[in-house]
Amino acid sequence: MIVINKLHKSYNMGSSSLHVLKGIDFNVEDGELVAIMGSSGSGKSTLLNILGMLDNADDGTYDLDKIRIENLDEKTAAEYRNKFLGFVFQSFNLITYKNALENVALPLYYQGIPRKERQKTALSFLEKVGLRDWATHLPSELSGGQKQRVAIARALASNPKVLLADEPTGALDSATSIEVMALIQKINNEGKTILVVTHEHDIAKMCKRIVHLRDGVIVEDKKIKQNILKNV
Amino acid sequence: MMNSFKKIFEKDTWDEIFESISKNRTRTIITTIGVFWGIFIYIALAGSATGLENGFDEAFSGLSKNSMGVWVQSTSVPYKGFEEGRRFPFRLSDVDYLKDRVPEIEYISPGLQAGAFSGSPPLVVRGTKSDNFNLFGNFPTQAKISVIKIYDGGRFINDEDIKYERKVAVIGEGTQERLFNQGEDPIGKYIIINDVNFKVVGVEKFAEGFGGFGSDSDITIPYTTFAKMYNRGDKFGWMFISGYDYVNPKYLEETVVDNLKVLKTVAPEDDRAFGTFNIGSLFESIVKFSSGMIFLSLVVGIATIFAGVIGIGNIMLIAVKERTNELGIRRALGAKPLEVKIQIVLEAVFLTIIAGIIGIIVGALLLFVINIGTANLEDFPFTNPTVPLAIVFGAFITMITLGTLIGLIPAERAVSIKPIEALREE
Ligand SMILES: Nc1ncnc2c1ncn2[C@@H]1O[C@H](COP(=O)(O)OP(=O)(O)O)[C@@H](O)[C@H]1O
Ligand SMILES: [Mg+2]
Repeated sequence: MIVINKLHKSYNMGSSSLHVLKGIDFNVEDGELVAIMGSSGSGKSTLLNILGMLDNADDGTYDLDKIRIENLDEKTAAEYRNKFLGFVFQSFNLITYKNALENVALPLYYQGIPRKERQKTALSFLEKVGLRDWATHLPSELSGGQKQRVAIARALASNPKVLLADEPTGALDSATSIEVMALIQKINNEGKTILVVTHEHDIAKMCKRIVHLRDGVIVEDKKIKQNILKNV
Repeated sequence: MMNSFKKIFEKDTWDEIFESISKNRTRTIITTIGVFWGIFIYIALAGSATGLENGFDEAFSGLSKNSMGVWVQSTSVPYKGFEEGRRFPFRLSDVDYLKDRVPEIEYISPGLQAGAFSGSPPLVVRGTKSDNFNLFGNFPTQAKISVIKIYDGGRFINDEDIKYERKVAVIGEGTQERLFNQGEDPIGKYIIINDVNFKVVGVEKFAEGFGGFGSDSDITIPYTTFAKMYNRGDKFGWMFISGYDYVNPKYLEETVVDNLKVLKTVAPEDDRAFGTFNIGSLFESIVKFSSGMIFLSLVVGIATIFAGVIGIGNIMLIAVKERTNELGIRRALGAKPLEVKIQIVLEAVFLTIIAGIIGIIVGALLLFVINIGTANLEDFPFTNPTVPLAIVFGAFITMITLGTLIGLIPAERAVSIKPIEALREE
């Protein structure tokens, strides 16, 4: 599903340059649930953003489902993001003036799907994350866990190949974190490929494989025995 | 590319825009006030200018716009053996002389009068009622120079009246009131002027007359009849002159006076020998004033609209900064740069149009109120304050164009940063 080769990324800051990713080689198969671990500043988000086509690598190759991702103009990148990828962020990134249903329907709007169908699909995904009854609520009326579940529903709505989650539990308490991870496990069990960035061991152990990043290189990459959560 | 542009006409696009506009109400209101104000001021000013012009038009509707009056005063400069202070009359032959010399003249109407500014008004009797009225002796041409409106069933002096020195009279509305009973038709009835029977042939509707000496209580009889009754021979004291439409009224006035000076042996530099007034010049300055005001309102209005639109752009720019995160989310979810740009531009255009429409409506409402409020003020020349549709339309096009151009700046700004940077903004 994902094949990356000798990926490099530096940030230019005035005169100096910060080499963040120093040659990453890494594959993800269909249906995997991968945790990307590492301490703060180790380059996890940078890697995920490149995988998410929100940022460009300086060097190396990236293939997504056998499509070579390189020299994308912003228009094509937007199209690919919409078709291939779903994003979940630490800070939820819901649109504040849109209710839960409208937020979930937004990727479908950019796919040009008619309104009725959009709403129907969005509602079915809200149901999947257990928030059908909250469809007309604004983000400000939802708890953190609920917001993250809306965000997950939104990421799933366009039926992407890969779900990219950057510290999805970073802003949640541990009980809520477990709820969200249980949802992620459920979605993974239904066949979706998911990458979760986290710096917490507990969270990483809920995945099926851990990739450990340190100083811009992968220092460890192993399959683990998944800590399977009870679905609530 | 084509697909993205098609979005402009899709309901979904507009739903998205309405949502963004209606759910960010404060931003929307602040944004639109500038344009609203601009178009409002513009409509109010332009409409008022038109109203004033119409008002003056109405006030002077009784006059040919190209006409003048001239009368004899007395000389103030000794010339060719004549002493100063000399008085002399006009003679009927002077009319032909002037017409020969000044081809720009269309009509000349010499006039005689008893009452008003010279002579005393004669006693007029009708049955048991009697009073003194200003009496004028006029030619039919008078009706070509000042607009004389005769009530239905009557007529003004005609050529036959002049030829046969008929004893017929055209009376004013006030004259009718004072000599006749209410509801009585004066046409065909007789009144006695200076012991002579005159048949009333018309009632004149009052209109603001020349130089203010006409009133609603005048009586007009044929020039020839008057001359005979008062033994004036071929002498008279004043005449009305109108030029062809193309003639500059100032030029007409100067040429007429210059020719009269030659004819009457008056010093060329003697500015006192003849008295004149010139409706044309008066009118011209009013027209100049009104068109000046229309122009001013155009400039002020466009400047204010411009400022308003720039204000919209400014606030949109701030809004785009505030919305960086939202636009980042949209782009992460698949919004193409062009779609983001189109949305922002359309928002700007839409706000501009809405603000403009409200401005036009409120401006029109204000004009309406002013019009009603001044309807009963006789002395305030203000009628039908309208703004030509073309100008409203022009303002509209200007607004849309400016709205688009200004919207492009924040739109460009919105897509100039990478989506990942946009997402990082909080
Ligand atoms: N846009 C940027 N400009 C400059 N430096 C950056 C930028 N983004 C991240 N960095 C730096 O790159 C390093 C890796 O960041 P990041 O990928 O966010 O780490 P992590 O997500 O693992 O905490 C950090 O030192 C961070 O300060
Ligand atoms: Mg990070």
